[in-house]
Amino acid sequence: MADGDDIVLEELNDSELVKQMHDDLYDGLKDEIEEAVHILLRRKWEPYRILTEALVEGMRIVGIDFRDGILFVPEVLMSANAMKAGMAILKPLLAETGAPRVGKMVIGTVKGDIHDIGKNLVTMMMEGAGFEVIDLGINNAVEKYLDAIAEHQPDILGMSALLTTTMPYMKVVIDALKEKGIRDDIVVLVGGAPLNEDFAKAIGADSYCRDAAVAVETAKQYMMRKHNQRAAG
Amino acid sequence: MPEDATTRATRRQLILACGALAREVNAVIAANHLHHVTVQCLPAGLHNRPKEIPAAVRAAVAEHRDEYDDILVGYADCGTGGELDRVLDELRLHRLPGAHCYAFFSGVAEFGRRADEDMRAFFLTDFLVRQFETLVIEGLGLDRHPELRDAYFGHYEKVVYLAQTDDPRLKREAEAAAKRLGLGYEHRLVGLGELVPAIVEFAEEPLRPREKRMSER
Repeated sequence: MADGDDIVLEELNDSELVKQMHDDLYDGLKDEIEEAVHILLRRKWEPYRILTEALVEGMRIVGIDFRDGILFVPEVLMSANAMKAGMAILKPLLAETGAPRVGKMVIGTVKGDIHDIGKNLVTMMMEGAGFEVIDLGINNAVEKYLDAIAEHQPDILGMSALLTTTMPYMKVVIDALKEKGIRDDIVVLVGGAPLNEDFAKAIGADSYCRDAAVAVETAKQYMMRKHNQRAAG
Repeated sequence: MPEDATTRATRRQLILACGALAREVNAVIAANHLHHVTVQCLPAGLHNRPKEIPAAVRAAVAEHRDEYDDILVGYADCGTGGELDRVLDELRLHRLPGAHCYAFFSGVAEFGRRADEDMRAFFLTDFLVRQFETLVIEGLGLDRHPELRDAYFGHYEKVVYLAQTDDPRLKREAEAAAKRLGLGYEHRLVGLGELVPAIVEFAEEPLRPREKRMSER
């Protein structure tokens, strides 16, 4: 330990360092997260282990406190920025070391809507959980979703909206999937501040995800089900 | 048929309004001499937490319902995704038209017509200009974390100040707010829009027995 209250990350053992990373993620300390990721890599940790045990687990704690009203959006965004910085270091290494791929997702905010904070959190957490995510960004017309589905053949389609006026567009996309005869080939997850489970059911989505952590858990469950169906078939 | 002032004076009507509309709702009441209408406001901070609005309205209605002959809920949908309407259907009450105050101040049809053009607009009203520091800067944590500006406003292009009053001081503040967010600026003097007919209609409509009103819906 250094003088005073300063913690020297390099001096912590692995277990202390991972705990400290959870704290630093919680506090949105990007520089400290980057430094700690580099330290663990020097200590020969697998990138996938750093991702799951330090970053994803840290964000899981952030997610719980957000859900419980202890943390608010600004703090979660700072945590997300810190995690993103850590992931930026790990991503190329994960590709090299062949981290497990859980599934593939296409995600985007619907037409007429430019809000992407929730979508970006979902994207990051899904990537952290081992999904390959194709992020279509904001203001997506139905054709853009359909083209991306045709090109990438994802397991999951995620749609997001912040506005009461734009959320009905999700039904337009789902109806287009039905018309094309591909609705049953893909799991449709929807989310966004004004949505709820009744809305998701009414438009024919598979599930409503109230936050990024729920999106990840829901997506994993669907992938597990798909895997089991394949095994049974 | 509208009632005369004498009949109206015996009524007890309540507008349960968003705190962000207090000044404007009271202005409509004063200008139209609707002195039998009382205004109670819910915290304006709910603007940043729309998921809490339906429950807050439900609780406020429960608190005041027995004291009044009728209640108008002074909210638009306000980002509740139809949840406020579900509560109001259950309570047999009406609210202000449109998706947001931006819509009824602008005129709901006009607001819808400009939806594409305004997709990248961040709206301010007189209230939001006055409360910009508290509700926008502090509310979004930009005072503590200015680096979050892009996360919130990266896809916006302009601030559109939908002005209720032609106030040079507010105009200057709105323009400064736009500059602070790094966005373009547009001023539209829209006035009170459809807030006026909504309140006047509520206040002047003949009262019907509550049971009948309930069965009509």
